[in-house]
This record gives sequence, C-alpha cells and structure tokens, in this order.
Amino acid sequence: MVIFLTRLINGISLGSVYAIIALGYTMVYGIAKMLNFAHGDVIMVGAYVCFFAISSYHLNPVVGVLLAMLVCTVLGMVIERLAYKPLRQAPSLAVLITAIGVSYFLQNGAQLLWGTNNKMFPAFLKGNALQLMDGQLKISVTTVVNVVVCVVVMLALTWFTGKTKMGKAMRACSEDKGAAQLMGINVDTTISMTFAIGSALAAVAGVLYMSSYPILVPTTGSMPGIKAFTAAVFGGIGSIPGALLGGLLLGIIEIFAGGYISTQLQNAIVFAVLIVVLLVKPTGLLGKQIREKV
Amino acid sequence: MKKTLALLLAVCMMAAMLAGCAGGDDADPTKPADPTDAVVDNTTDPTVAPAENAIKIGGVGPLTGGAAIYGNAAANGAKIAAEEINALGGLQLDLNYQDDAHDAEKSVNAYNTLKGWGMQVFLGSVTSTPGVATSQEANNDHIFYLTPSASSTDVLGGVANPLTGTVDIARKDNVFQMCFVDPNQGAASAQYIADQTLGTKIAVIYKNDDVYSTGVYQSFDAKAKELGLNVVSVTTFTEDTKTDFSVQLGDAQSKGADLVFLPMYYDAAALIFTQANAMGYAPKWFGIDGMDGILGVEGFDTSLAEGVMLLTPFNADAEDEATQSFVAKYKAAYGEVPNQFAADAYDCVYAIYAALTNAGVTADMSVGDICDALIAQFTSMTFDGLTGEGMTWAADGAVTKSPKGMVIQNGAYVGMD
Repeated sequence: MVIFLTRLINGISLGSVYAIIALGYTMVYGIAKMLNFAHGDVIMVGAYVCFFAISSYHLNPVVGVLLAMLVCTVLGMVIERLAYKPLRQAPSLAVLITAIGVSYFLQNGAQLLWGTNNKMFPAFLKGNALQLMDGQLKISVTTVVNVVVCVVVMLALTWFTGKTKMGKAMRACSEDKGAAQLMGINVDTTISMTFAIGSALAAVAGVLYMSSYPILVPTTGSMPGIKAFTAAVFGGIGSIPGALLGGLLLGIIEIFAGGYISTQLQNAIVFAVLIVVLLVKPTGLLGKQIREKV
Repeated sequence: MKKTLALLLAVCMMAAMLAGCAGGDDADPTKPADPTDAVVDNTTDPTVAPAENAIKIGGVGPLTGGAAIYGNAAANGAKIAAEEINALGGLQLDLNYQDDAHDAEKSVNAYNTLKGWGMQVFLGSVTSTPGVATSQEANNDHIFYLTPSASSTDVLGGVANPLTGTVDIARKDNVFQMCFVDPNQGAASAQYIADQTLGTKIAVIYKNDDVYSTGVYQSFDAKAKELGLNVVSVTTFTEDTKTDFSVQLGDAQSKGADLVFLPMYYDAAALIFTQANAMGYAPKWFGIDGMDGILGVEGFDTSLAEGVMLLTPFNADAEDEATQSFVAKYKAAYGEVPNQFAADAYDCVYAIYAALTNAGVTADMSVGDICDALIAQFTSMTFDGLTGEGMTWAADGAVTKSPKGMVIQNGAYVGMD
C-alpha cells in the first residue's frame, strides 16, 4: 500500500511537470492552430535566465522567476513575429518545419551563449517534506508546489479564455480567423498575445521542471517538450483541462509501468497506452469533436 | 523587406548552428579551456615544432556538449604530453584535436577532417559510441588507433557478446585502448566490492541504451554471480527517461539495498544523488570511470557525492614525481585538477612516442607502414605511465593494468587503499 501510494505521488509529481508544459503547448495549438515545437526550448531559455539570476546575480528566486517570465514573453512574441507571422497563409507543414528550425536555433544559440557544461539548478524550493502515515509516505515541497501551480494556471487559463474580452477574441480566432477579423478582432494581436502567455507559462514550467530535475544543458527542453506534447495529445490537444489530465495520467502511467512491470519497457508502455487511447478516442480524452467544413 | 529579413534570419541560424558545432565558450570563465586551444597551433605556440618533420597525431573528442568535460580533459592532457615531448628536441609531434560533441556521425566527419589534414597516428575517440564508428573507419584506412578512454569492447572488436555468444564486430587489429575495457571495469568493480565487503545487498541502475553502461553491467552481473554477491535490484533507464529516478531508487530502497552500483556517466548520477537525498535514501554509492567529473558540475552540491566510491586507474593525489609534475602543469594551464581522462590521454601520447622511437619511425613513412610498426611495438612493449606501471597490450587491444579505488571526501577524490 505504501509502495503504491509512493509511486502514485511520484507519478503525480512527474505528471504535474508534464502538465504545466502541456498547458502552454495546448493553448498555442488551440488558438493559433500550430504545433510550436520550439516550446520546449523556450522552457530551456527560461530555466537558464532563472539560473543566472539566482546563482550569478544572487537575486531573490521570485525575482528570478519573474525575470525569466519577462524574457520568455518577449522571446515568444519575437519568435512569433519573425518566424511564424510571415507564414500565416502558408501550408501548415511549412510552419511546422519552421518551428523545428526555431527549436534548433534556440538550442544552438544557448550552446553558444552559455556553453555546454552541465549546470546544476539551485534548489530554492526548500522546506520539510509533508509526512503522512507515520513518515512512511513523503510528499516533497516541489511536488506540492508543482501540483498547486498547475491547478492554479489551469483555472486561470480557463477563466481567461472563457470570461475576458481577450480570451473571447482568442476563442473566436481559434474557431474561424476570417470571421473573427470581420467582427473587428485584430487577429495578429490576438495570436501575438497567445504566444506571450504561452511563453510566460513556459518560463514557469522551466523553473518548476528544473526544481524537480536540476541538470541544465542547452538540450534540456527537448525531451520534456516531446513528452508534454504527447500529454497534450493524450488529453485532447487544444483543451486546457485536457492538458492537465493528460500530463498527470502520462506521469502516473510512466511511473507505474516502470515500477510494476519493467523499467526496460517504461516508454514502450506509455506510448502503447497513448496509441490505444487515440484508437478509441481519436481526439484525446477531453478533445472536442470538430467537424471540418467542406 | 520581408525577404531580406528572412535571408538575414537564415544566415543567423546557419551561423549559430555552425558555431554551435565548433563550440566556442567565451562566456564561461570556469570552463577548463577554450576548446579551440586544444588544437595545437604551430604559429603561436613556440614549444611545438613546425610540422616539417613532425609526426601528425589526430584526436577526436567531445569538446562541446554534455560529455565536454571528458573531451576537453583528454585534449588538454594530450597537449601537455606533446609539448613536453617536443621540448625534448627529439622526435617531434604535431597534435590536432577535433570536436565530435559525443555524436557518432560528427566524429566520423571529424575523422575525415583529420585524414584530410594528413594524420599519421590517431588518438581515437574519447567516448565509446563515437569510438565504435571512428575505429571502424580507421580500421578500413589502416591508421594506428589508440584511444584514451573509449572503453567499449565494440571499439576493439572481436569480443563475443555475452548474451548471444557471437562475435558481432570483427577484431580491428589496429585498435588499442589505454583505459580498461568495459568488462574489466565491471568485473573489477564486483571483485572490489566482494573483497572489501562493501555491501550485503546490492542494487544496480544502468542505462540500457548505452553500449558503455550495458557492457559494464553485463560483466558486473557475471562476476557478481560467480562471487556470490547478493544483487537484489536491477533497474534501467534510457536517454529519454534520464530525469526521473524515483522508480529505480524506490525499488532499491524497498528491497533494502545498502550499496548501489552506478555504471553510468556523471550527469545522470548527479540527478540520482539529488533525488535519493530528497527521498531520504542514503546507501553506499559505487561508480566507474564515468563518475569522474561529478565534482566539476557547475553548482553541484558536492556534499551529495560525499562517500561515493569509484574505480579509476588514476589518482591525482598520488605521491610519485610524474603524477605530481603532471598535476602541477595541468593546474597551471587549465586551473583545475586533471581527471583520469586527462591522464589517459597523456599516457597515450607518451606510449605512442615510445613506440615510434623504438620502431624508428620517421615522418616521411607511409601511414600503413607506421601502423604496422606500431602494432608490432604495442603487442610487445611494456609501458609505465601515470595510469599504471608495467602496462602491456594483448593482441586483442585491451590493456592490462590494475585499477585504484577512490572515494570522494570533503569534495575531493582520495585514494581508498
């Protein structure tokens, strides 16, 4: 029982990291209808900014996180403006390839700027782990913070897209760009705003990811980026609660597969589950069935 | 306007990618040396003779990327040896190190670059996965190959796969190793753990998509069975899952393992130590030569690695004159204590120098003749270096020398014996 609960907690801890990255992915996809493969690398940039703020300039970690969010927001908007906006009318494959190009650009740029040595992210989420069941079960502060931040971000995003004017504009753009424009919505500003929010989330995700798995290299963002993309598809890409659910489930399945079956087959099982889910429900767990107009 | 901008961006991207490959690293003053320094430059460095009558020695290693700590150490160690030899005034050596970022494809490109430069003797790849590729190329071209640290049996070839019993890669007769071959590391670790009775219940975590890690594990496993060691938990991870170790550590902890054997590189080990610490699990840790470098990770809390044991052929604290002189020179030039990769590469250059001198090789001989002469020398000579006394090489290319047990105390490596 204790082992089961420990694994469940480990799974939630890993899953919450996937979920928070997946939130940014899914939001950009839901609104701009493009897969931003550079999202994982924006996470890496956020992590580096926060790393240097804390360890080189000895700033308060909170200031470090805010700074990382600021840098990533600007970076996200610049990427959108320079790399994606000129391709607004181009086929989606061209945008996809561009996103992969941006991803490599950021990775190599980071190598050039910050070197390739492993950097150990400072542990700033300090505090005693929660002890349950006479200390047999421990929940670390990082896990608690990850889950709380995840739920808060998910609720905030749901509220934002549902209730605010900008959120409504975003949903309108996601449904039909042309019609939204005719209704007086500035599509470019809306998409730019989407990237700004998505990238700010990426910075938060980067810092949380690093506080759980603190080895920082220029390729840090690529693997969690792919896993988070999987989580977003799993939960139904474009759906904000779906990203949270998909991320958590992915993490739990990964840990259970490793723990109860075999660490050798860990990833194989995770992706086998994904395939089964997509066969049964092609839009993902919470994805909406949208009929394409002919 | 848009087109110009797009063009400009494309140019920027190309530049960044190319620069990323070459890997300048000016922003980070703590880095041991600029990788470009590793290429010995004849025009600016007075201690290295012009290439006129010098033997051209090439080397390939990860000067950038996640394994850069090894590549730079090896390049720096080799450079010190070449400078010392050239200062003697006899046979001159011209050393050229190229970057492969621990990538097999890039390492073959780097090898071809060196071949174009006119390389006569090859110091091989520093890491195993690229080493398997470059050794095959060098075998086809019949260029003598002595690697400081690519320890996989696949680099040498001719060793039967312990699982299937078949020889998958034929012996490459021109390839020799300065480091222990992986099976020796695994077997020696098991022997050491048994001799010193370090643990009663042993757990192993290894990386099953890495030839180095699995090779060591397989031989460790065989030797552990033979010695009757009680291995209670064996778990794996891959390049894609090397972030979360809660399953592996949880398994080891729940089965009561008091010693965990970690045949892997230090980057994954650093995460393992951090996560074990967070979950309150404190067994004895036992690593192999890939653990060397863990103290060099920027920002790593060295107290997490306190008491970590590893087998390595080189001890920078050794009292002998040769080691002390090398360590002093290395510290003066690169500002840090050399690890065993630096020592292995230093020994490689000296071993090649000894063989070249014994065989009377001159720079105008053909690459194939030099290779034949060196193969004859290596299979017959005995060599004393920093990483061992009385080293010999068998025809299978593996070195015979004895490992030293080291332990990390107060943030530094200390000899165990």
